[in-house]
Amino acid sequence: MARLHEYQGKQLLATAGIGIPRGGVARTAEEVFDIASQFGGNVAVKVQAWVTGRKALGGVALVHSAREAQEAAEKMFTLHFGNFPVEEILVEELLDIEDEFFVSLTIDDANGSPLLLLDCQGGSGIEDRAESIARIPITAEGEISHEALQEVTGDETVSRAIAAIVSAAKEHEARSLEVNPLVRLTDGSIVAADCRITIDDYAVYRHKDLGIDIARELDHPPTELERVAYAIEQEDHRGTFYFAQLPTEGCEESNRLIAFHGAGGGGSMMSMDAVSNEGFTLSNFTDTSGNPSVAKVYQAARVILSQPNLKGYFGSGSGVASQEQYHSAYGLAKAFREMNMAIPAVIRLGGNSEDRAVDILQDACKDLPAPVLGFKKDDTPASCAGTFARLVEQTDTTNDSMQRTVPDFVGTGAASHFPIKCGTLWIDHLAPEIAEIVIRHSSGLLEPGSDGQPTPAEDIRDKDSELIACEIECLRAGQAVLFVDMPVKGLE
Amino acid sequence: MAVIIDQNKRVMVQGITGREGRARTRLMKNFGTNIVGGCTPGRGGQEVEGIPVHDTVKEVVDASGGDIDISVVFVPARLVKHAAIEAIDAGVHLVVLVPDRVPVWDAMAIAAEAKRAGADFIGPNTLGIISPGKAVLGMIGGNADSAREWFTPPSDDLTNLGVISRSGGMTSSCGYYLAQAGFGLSTLCHVGGDSVIGMPIPDVALRMQLDDETDGIVVFGEIGGSQEERLAQLMNEGRITKPVICYIGGKAAKEGTRFSHAGAIIEGGRGTHDGKVDALTQAGATVVDAFGDLPDAAREIFSVDRANA
Repeated sequence: MARLHEYQGKQLLATAGIGIPRGGVARTAEEVFDIASQFGGNVAVKVQAWVTGRKALGGVALVHSAREAQEAAEKMFTLHFGNFPVEEILVEELLDIEDEFFVSLTIDDANGSPLLLLDCQGGSGIEDRAESIARIPITAEGEISHEALQEVTGDETVSRAIAAIVSAAKEHEARSLEVNPLVRLTDGSIVAADCRITIDDYAVYRHKDLGIDIARELDHPPTELERVAYAIEQEDHRGTFYFAQLPTEGCEESNRLIAFHGAGGGGSMMSMDAVSNEGFTLSNFTDTSGNPSVAKVYQAARVILSQPNLKGYFGSGSGVASQEQYHSAYGLAKAFREMNMAIPAVIRLGGNSEDRAVDILQDACKDLPAPVLGFKKDDTPASCAGTFARLVEQTDTTNDSMQRTVPDFVGTGAASHFPIKCGTLWIDHLAPEIAEIVIRHSSGLLEPGSDGQPTPAEDIRDKDSELIACEIECLRAGQAVLFVDMPVKGLE
Repeated sequence: MAVIIDQNKRVMVQGITGREGRARTRLMKNFGTNIVGGCTPGRGGQEVEGIPVHDTVKEVVDASGGDIDISVVFVPARLVKHAAIEAIDAGVHLVVLVPDRVPVWDAMAIAAEAKRAGADFIGPNTLGIISPGKAVLGMIGGNADSAREWFTPPSDDLTNLGVISRSGGMTSSCGYYLAQAGFGLSTLCHVGGDSVIGMPIPDVALRMQLDDETDGIVVFGEIGGSQEERLAQLMNEGRITKPVICYIGGKAAKEGTRFSHAGAIIEGGRGTHDGKVDALTQAGATVVDAFGDLPDAAREIFSVDRANA
């Protein structure tokens, strides 16, 4: 995630020349003991967690022996903050503090520029002094007026340290950076006693050195499936795929757990509200939008269906999509067919080419065990959610019984195969009249080879979307003879 | 009159030769937008949809013989900052930034340059703006036939509404359902899904307040940020006096989890659903609880207004 822990943020500050306390990070209570011993046991023991008011929650201890430090750490390692277990503890020398400053860089959405909040009393209770906090503008280049800083701090060294913090925020493209407190020690040196940095998700690609593995804000550590989904998004930039699992504790046995697949942020949130009104618990939040490739929608559906205990699959976006909706229909149809869908699916496909999209989805899925229904822009989210609730009511299975199957000819010597982006195209050995059908549905991508079998007419590696469309159209023509094998890394 | 875009504004397209650039140039041209040129570095001399392509914005400005009012940008996110600043420095008055995932410090650099030059920008991450019956910027409607079918142009016989939305898809949805309910539409504007954007809801609302073709303003707001609160502030100050009807998405969203776009996140208790609903309600806006209630709410307000008149 793009939030950094305190010790990671402090490392960035240290690199920028700002003082930080001496100390180290521990993953066990024994390591805490060892680090504390280096400082004669006079240390601060601090859980590394994304939470405000850590001290009040038992996440900080100031101790005077290594033994005490270890005991405090033992307790802390059993704590959870939100959905995050404590995995790391920062152990630092105790500081002889003279003055404290509250330093916080934030992005002021009203002005479209960075802003520094600064107060000469650091520490806790800052929320209650909101009125007295100085607000100093920062340029888009990460520059701040020295005079303005001086006016508040009255101390050259402190002002220079704050300017360096601001500059570090710009360098690492922080959305927010808070040092609370920045302290002046009795020996006059300036030290960042705490640090919270959030890096801009959209800029993480320019900061590979930060080691951010999943640039998404979640209220829990990334799950295995979220990592799978994130990897899909990183490898295919056609449209957007967002997947977050939601808390389902206590709902697993309720028979009300469902999959959610939205399209577009606003439409997704609205649709989520509509289906929640039917008393369902959403296992996930997903958004595929921005004209996504067929392959991306297919992979999204596969990831969604990998969650346990689902009673149904609800899809709905804005309802009046500018993008051509048949792409999504092909992707969903392929996933539902491969998984031999045994739970009902209701997909609101309103927008451009909605008639074609609904026809593709329903026709391609008509012989599956569970109903798969498509709806259009004149069907409201509430009515779609109502239909969905009735179908789920009539279904007594979950998706746990479902398994992916691929056609028998895949992987056999009789079938020809061609590499494509994210997978392999397989074509069974065909009678001439069937080869003709396949070629007709291939939008010119395939032509008769010397042996009469369908052969790529051009470079088809990037034509994964068109080939999935071809696969579904052949199916609809009664010929399950062409298959795009697109394994999702981490699922198969 | 219309806000932001009409059929007379001179428009160019940056990144015109790319997949999105080509498709959306077709939409804009077929819908009536006056597109005078486009550019992609290294592609000068080509044509897209009969529109001449140049290497730089400056060349488009020179070749078209004068001012370019608006440039619509379809380049990869990492190149948006450069493209926007190039356009602003070439004297373009308004830059429309369609791409998603533009880094926020890039957006702030664009904002600073626009401010310096006295230019405006919309987005990043905007689906675009459409004035039905006149012209479109970006990709609202997807193709010209759909855009004509979905969105009723404003007329003297109808009550005409402007739509401002933080969600791209919901911009079209609001327009379509309001048209189905019998309203004319003056302008639909997707301000962009990001936190730092060039023309937020209050700025567009101020333009609609001055627009004689807009009788009322419909807002699709979302959790996160302060745009809705600032709109409420303008209403309290008497600077927006036309009826305002709102829906705020994200009621079920939890603090700390981002729901798709960068703008829609509640951080530090700011930008909550309740806070926005309260601010707007107290300022005199009609806030509906379910999105499907927007058209009925609009109908009710305007029949009441007519009875009073």
